[in-house]
Amino acid sequence: MAVFPFSAIVGQDELKTALILSAIDRSIGGVLAFGDRGTGKSTAVRALAGLLPPMRMRAGCLYNCAPGAERPGCTCEAPETDAPVPVIDLPLGATEDRITGALDLEKALTLGEKQFEPGLLARAHRGFLYIDEVNLLEDHLVDLLLDVAASGVNVVEREGLSVRHPAEFVLIGSGNPEEGELRPQLLDRFGLSVEVSTPMDVPTRIEVIRRRDAFERDRAGFAADWAAKDMATSQKIAAASERLDAVKVPDKMLERAAGLAIALGTDGLRGELTLMRTARALATWEGKARVALGHLRQAAPMVMRHRLRRDPLDEAGSTARVMRAVEAELA
Amino acid sequence: MANGSARWADACLAASMLALAPDRLGGIWVLARPGPVLYTWLEGAGRLLAPLVRVPPGIGADRLTGGLDLTATLAAGRPVTAPGLLEGSGTLLLPMAERIEPGTAALIGQGLDRGRSAIALDERAAEGEALPPLLGDRLGLVVTLEGLARSDCLEPFHDLADLAPLRSDWQGLPFSEDLRRDLTATAAGFGTGLRAALQADCAARLAATLRGAEAVETADLATALRLVIAPRATCLPAPEAEDRPPPPEPEQGAQDTAETSDQPQDTQTPPQDMLIEATRAAIPPALMASLMQGTLHAQPSRGGQGQERQGARRGRPAGVRPGQPGGGHRLDIPATLQVAAPWQRLRRRAPGQPIRVLGSDFRLRRYRERAETLTIFAVDASGSAAMARLAEAKGAVETLLAEAYRRRDQVALIAFRGTGAELILPPTRALARAKRALGGVPGGGGTPLAAGLAEALALALTARRRGQSVALMILTDGRGNIPLDPEAPRSAAESDSQQIARAIRAAGVNALLIDTSRRPRAEAEALAAEMGARYLPMPQAEGTRLAEALT
Repeated sequence: MAVFPFSAIVGQDELKTALILSAIDRSIGGVLAFGDRGTGKSTAVRALAGLLPPMRMRAGCLYNCAPGAERPGCTCEAPETDAPVPVIDLPLGATEDRITGALDLEKALTLGEKQFEPGLLARAHRGFLYIDEVNLLEDHLVDLLLDVAASGVNVVEREGLSVRHPAEFVLIGSGNPEEGELRPQLLDRFGLSVEVSTPMDVPTRIEVIRRRDAFERDRAGFAADWAAKDMATSQKIAAASERLDAVKVPDKMLERAAGLAIALGTDGLRGELTLMRTARALATWEGKARVALGHLRQAAPMVMRHRLRRDPLDEAGSTARVMRAVEAELA
Repeated sequence: MANGSARWADACLAASMLALAPDRLGGIWVLARPGPVLYTWLEGAGRLLAPLVRVPPGIGADRLTGGLDLTATLAAGRPVTAPGLLEGSGTLLLPMAERIEPGTAALIGQGLDRGRSAIALDERAAEGEALPPLLGDRLGLVVTLEGLARSDCLEPFHDLADLAPLRSDWQGLPFSEDLRRDLTATAAGFGTGLRAALQADCAARLAATLRGAEAVETADLATALRLVIAPRATCLPAPEAEDRPPPPEPEQGAQDTAETSDQPQDTQTPPQDMLIEATRAAIPPALMASLMQGTLHAQPSRGGQGQERQGARRGRPAGVRPGQPGGGHRLDIPATLQVAAPWQRLRRRAPGQPIRVLGSDFRLRRYRERAETLTIFAVDASGSAAMARLAEAKGAVETLLAEAYRRRDQVALIAFRGTGAELILPPTRALARAKRALGGVPGGGGTPLAAGLAEALALALTARRRGQSVALMILTDGRGNIPLDPEAPRSAAESDSQQIARAIRAAGVNALLIDTSRRPRAEAEALAAEMGARYLPMPQAEGTRLAEALT
């Protein structure tokens, strides 16, 4: 079944940009999208899959191994093919077994064999793992996911099994803060965060309704209408990813990034590092050869707003605080 | 709200709409208590939306998504999976939907996103219980059967056979640009989200189709607004946003004509005003009351009820985890057997031994229980609170402390005077210590109200992060005169305390403000309103009334 095309999503520019940047430079560390219900968060994430250039792998490999960098003990001998980059949905009710993988029940019962059945983490290797309502996910599962996302390795040691396999994925979380907040110590483990809100102006809302209705009536036809635009974005992402390593980051920009982090009082170096990577991804996305002040300014809100300490006196919210610091430090 | 028979007719119409477009409307949210009216409706709706698949609120994830059927697997010696309820056909029926767990609700929500539909029966058995928002958002049509009598249930349901030919027609029904804009603008004016806007757009076309009309008309918009928008209004349209004078009321006819005389082409009520009025009229009375008071966002406050925490040894079951029994943890036998089952062939059990279970198979039950409550007292010990009043305030706190002790709550004490606030007593359950600490609070000096409130809020948020529920008791006369920043001019004091009061309200902290001034003061009451707290003037806040206020 056709998914709603990325290019046809009305507005939500910051969310779309954040997703694209996290695809260009996977080391940015994922995206957290918080905000109102029904604003197309899930739609955008699912549509992203259609934009990513295909990856090389052996047909049917359960661990999505990259040819030449196989998992130790990988026995896939199928020919290499192009496969779409996986965007795996992690349902809220998923058990730890389903996420990390577990003993293959069918083989154990019918053949008496002890074999590992890879879980969602293996399927998401080299792709994206999407958790809707991440704020409602049980804490121990969030811990596990963030740990694997940071280390890139899934280790299963239980039920007499001892398995390690690479699991490098970009974590995308979304949720509605009114129903529960994410623990503060988890917030800054996401590279970027985006606030999405319901558009209240009538023409935008009508456009959303019109496009969604057209999509529901003829999914394939609607997707075909937008295919050219999606293709252009897809090619732009591919080209930007190739140029990424060539983008220069002037020392002066590093100093400015550090100045901003200090002004905002963010803990540790993670904020600065992510700010640098995001600005670099923005530069290559715009076809620029070096990072400029404008890239830092544009990247700052999505990199910094979830890394601030709570200030009860500030009702304007973190975005306004970041913007104030940006005006002061990156003028 | 409309009268009984009109509401019943809407309820019947909703069932027909869902039958025509289950994947677009998501479902029906039914507000009703069990009784003959509900059963009559369910019987009729069941004929149109058959089969109704019951999903009890405590259902396990495996029953919903499908999974290994343990009994069948052990009997057959090979894995037997049972299909989940979300995979099948028919309309999901969610009785006691207000009690569905968030995890279960999320799974059902995913099912709805994939084209399933549901009827949620929201019985509102207890105050404060509500349908999980992620479900409420996806169930397009809202029907209220509460307060209806059997005699209201006159209108018959549509016939299933009559609906079948309409199934493909409705999407292409002519819908003029102007009407579509009116509908969307009205829905936006009531502060509803994009899903509701889409659902209303579909509902208008469905209403017209079911009337047998050739095109969508204003009456269909009103139907859609009644069923989709009115019950989920989060605000009332601002008069200036309407950009027109209010709609004429019969007795104001003359005055209104005078006002609108500069619009000669339009002597009738503009359609959008008519729609706004119709939507207003359909808002349930309780919701209307909170919209008028502007207290809607304060409603989902989670304080007082006790937030749930996991990892407990009592409470409602919440899944299993590996581990060793003992220390109060209980073994979950079916889950343990499920883990052991696939190993039986490998473990080569001895003849006559039915099943070999090893220690590593053990699965323990996890529970969820109500967390304990922390009551934070923030006491104004400044000079303006005057010595005599401070003694009275201490007396009041002692009464409250005793009550908190009886309920095994934790208490913490913050005093503010001079230039800052001080945490006199960190959270504790030791009543004696609390009493001693309270007695030692000196009085006098300025009133750093903002600092006191900020300290209390910070403590409340920390406690909540630990899984505690928080209640905040503030004893003050509301006259802060020291700003947060001691260098800042004194005039900043008031706006500082108001800002923090708003932050307390935004955080949803359950608060009670006791006015300690000799005569009740407007400042204190305004501050209480700002933080969404209950307000109680001290002269009335004696003994038992205080104890009641705490609960």
